[in-house]
Amino acid sequence: MTYSQRLVNLLLGLAPVALALMLSTLVLIAAGAPPLEAYKHLLQGASESPAKIADVLVVWVPLALCSAGLLFTFTAGLWNIGVEGQIIFGVIFATWVARNLYLPATLLIPLMIVGGMIGGALWGLLAGTLKVYGGVHEIFAGLGLNFIAITTNIWLIAKPWRPDLGATMQGTDPFPAAAWLPRLAGLRLSPVSLLLATMALVVVFFILRGTLWGLQLKAIGKNARSAYLLGIATNRHVLLSFALCGALAGVAGVVQVSGVWGRNIPQISGGIGYLSLLVAMLSGFRALGVAPVALFFAALGVGAARLHLRMQLDPSLAGVLGAGLVLSVLLVAGLRTRLLISREG
Amino acid sequence: MEITLLIRILSSVLANSSPLVIAAMGETISERAGVINLSLDGSIMLSAMSGFAVAYLTGNVVLGFLAAMMVGALMALVIAFASITLHQDQVAVGFVLTLLGAELANFLGEPFVRRPGPRVPYMPIPLLRDIPVVGEIFFRQDILVYASIVLIVVVWFWIFKTQAGLRLRGVGERPEAAFARGVSVNRLRYLYTVVGGALVGIAGAAYSLSVKLGWSEGHTLGNGWIALAIVIFGGWHPFRVAFGAYLFGVLISLGGILQRSIPGVPTQVFQAAPFALMILVLLFVSGGALERLLSLFPPRMRRVVGDALRVAPPSALARPFVTE
Repeated sequence: MTYSQRLVNLLLGLAPVALALMLSTLVLIAAGAPPLEAYKHLLQGASESPAKIADVLVVWVPLALCSAGLLFTFTAGLWNIGVEGQIIFGVIFATWVARNLYLPATLLIPLMIVGGMIGGALWGLLAGTLKVYGGVHEIFAGLGLNFIAITTNIWLIAKPWRPDLGATMQGTDPFPAAAWLPRLAGLRLSPVSLLLATMALVVVFFILRGTLWGLQLKAIGKNARSAYLLGIATNRHVLLSFALCGALAGVAGVVQVSGVWGRNIPQISGGIGYLSLLVAMLSGFRALGVAPVALFFAALGVGAARLHLRMQLDPSLAGVLGAGLVLSVLLVAGLRTRLLISREG
Repeated sequence: MEITLLIRILSSVLANSSPLVIAAMGETISERAGVINLSLDGSIMLSAMSGFAVAYLTGNVVLGFLAAMMVGALMALVIAFASITLHQDQVAVGFVLTLLGAELANFLGEPFVRRPGPRVPYMPIPLLRDIPVVGEIFFRQDILVYASIVLIVVVWFWIFKTQAGLRLRGVGERPEAAFARGVSVNRLRYLYTVVGGALVGIAGAAYSLSVKLGWSEGHTLGNGWIALAIVIFGGWHPFRVAFGAYLFGVLISLGGILQRSIPGVPTQVFQAAPFALMILVLLFVSGGALERLLSLFPPRMRRVVGDALRVAPPSALARPFVTE
């Protein structure tokens, strides 16, 4: 590779970041806010103290779990937009376990995790079944099921799980202490959830890379019809990938209720499901890429909270930057292939 | 008594469905040309916000609609550029734009949340408004409702009765053949994607300036997805798409009536209903469910009914066109 080629590659690699920053800067100017100050708060808000860094990891965990799960469905060529709903069904099942089984933490927490996995997997399977046997595109199935899951949870919180004192929509009563994940002293971060997310990434990496099933899933993603003709049970693989993704999203739900909030609240999933789709896309659909990309998105999210505090700016600036970055990556990738073609041709 | 209630319901269904009809017409045009604008939910959100913001700041509803149109067209232009020129996945770009549109709307719209603003004026048509029943349903509306009805007919006429429409269909069905006949496929695709996007923008402003006044975070959340589903349900045919949108409106307002008459049912059921309905509707038109239903019909009727109910997307939908 010559020097100039390397330079071109470097520029093309940095171009999406520059584009996304340009977009968000324009947006900040349009909103009448000084951009540099906003970026300063964004950076500081995510890194100034150990507590902030721990907060970034708190957000990283569910993002990494969901994005790891999405690698299964993306590998099979599926747009599993239903992650948000799968998180919520994990939450619902885990909440039921926490409220109804009176066990010590050593038994209760594993049961909540298993329950959450089952809840998420079932909701994922529902989208998969609609796709495979009903011919409903997974985007519509997943999206519709997200709305249904959210309203189901809101109903559960408002009616059967209503707190004894006052019928507000703030959430359920706090879970019994045995249902809380142990936290690091003084922080909101639980080492258990960190371990769960890291394990998920490692396991997904090896399944997709080193097993026959992973290879077959890849074949389906490349060309479902040929894979089927080659004797791969496409339907079963697709359904399993939905179930696995749902299970990991369910774990993310468990982490949210039992590690972060300690109770079930209406906005428990908080858009993590949608964000994780962006993370998976930006990671190039690789487990190794998910960890740093999810960290970046988590830092954005945590940093943005401070924009609201200090500058009265809506924290959705983080989403603008994140989505803008993915869009820029897509555009630059397209430009790059176009440049290559025109140079050869 | 009963009849006046029915008239009131139908008239409100007609009004409340107009943004959905306009957005679905826009999407029908784009998809007929072979381009899926999946960003509808975000486009509607951002244009609803921009339309309201501009109308609020200038006090002029028309300027609001113009701004919304431009926003919708711009979003569509990004999709057209990414998919037609750069050959990126339409679904990926559309999905990212959906999120981007919603986040932008929430960020930029914050100063306008829950502000009272201008609205499209009520405009009953003289003489026609006095026709019993029909006048009360159709001619005591605002200009948007009239425009949405005219739009259905115009889109249908354009697609099926004009030379330009023939080319539009050719570009979406058999781009190679259209190209061989001298049609500039990609230019037409750009054109119809942007025109479709502009209509989606109008639909957004129709929410914030007429049907669901004002702006708040997530103001139109979900409606874009429903519009996309209705286009599929409507088999990419303007009349059927419009029928789908109105049917949807009728079912939702029936739900509202039911909610009042059966107080025991939780309100959440009615909030989730549109999306359950969306899935059921897609389940109905796609494959398995429909064929099973058809097998219940006597053989002679099966074909007629099947032809009426079965839908197929434009053959070149979402497929980039490359000349050798």
